[in-house]
Amino acid sequence: MLNWLFIIFATMVIVPALLVATNRNPVNAAMNMIVSFVGLAAMFVLLETYLLAILQVLVYAGAIVVLFLFIIMLIDAEHAPRPKVLTYAASLVALAILSFGVIGLVNRSMEQGGFADISVDAPAASAYAFGVELFTRHILPFQIAGFMLLIAMIGVIVICRRELDATGTEETRS
Amino acid sequence: MSIGLSHYLIVAGLLFSIGAFGVLLRRNALIVLMCLELMLAASILGLVAFSRFNATTEHALMAGPVFVLFIIAIAACEVAVGLAIIVTLWRRRQTVELNELNALKN
Repeated sequence: MLNWLFIIFATMVIVPALLVATNRNPVNAAMNMIVSFVGLAAMFVLLETYLLAILQVLVYAGAIVVLFLFIIMLIDAEHAPRPKVLTYAASLVALAILSFGVIGLVNRSMEQGGFADISVDAPAASAYAFGVELFTRHILPFQIAGFMLLIAMIGVIVICRRELDATGTEETRS
Repeated sequence: MSIGLSHYLIVAGLLFSIGAFGVLLRRNALIVLMCLELMLAASILGLVAFSRFNATTEHALMAGPVFVLFIIAIAACEVAVGLAIIVTLWRRRQTVELNELNALKN
């Protein structure tokens, strides 16, 4: 049963990801990205990391993809032109090399002793454990991440600002 | 056949390869940013799988999931700044095609 679930969710991650990379309509690409991220959240559930699954859906499939859709609407992106055949071939070769490299690497380590089996019944990757860990051992990175978000917010405002000239009317920078 | 760590690693590796494939293939800055997100998500899956499979009752290995939490926060920052840059680009040049942004070439 679990095996079938894994296979279904793995397809749900991989196939829409391929469509993101190849679809020429940006809106379709963003929609496929939602499916891919929901599949990834399902894999987190299979790994019994429930909090991260929820965060994945909230932050990635919710916030980030909606941001992408807003920007697509704003700059009204049209159908992209078809990539050149040479670019397509070269990218496919790179994809093949990377995938076979990954599969070969995993197979090789399987032959040399293999990986650890799952050993415990979910050692509490619960929200409680997250909170304790975040506010004791990782408190400094936590603070830095907060400042990082603030800096990103200010940076975005500065990047997107239109400058005002002396009379107070808007003037786009040239 | 039972699902082990290797299967999760293969899925993560394939997702990463597909992200790299998209970055190489596409010339639209928005899609390139989406494919970068896919690559980040693949790395997240690898981290979570490793920490779940190597955890024991004594060492719950919370560092992996906590690290993933930070990665998600940084990814949100990255997307916000990247999209702001794309919007500014569109305002000035009316294009997001990377091939047409060659003012510094030659």
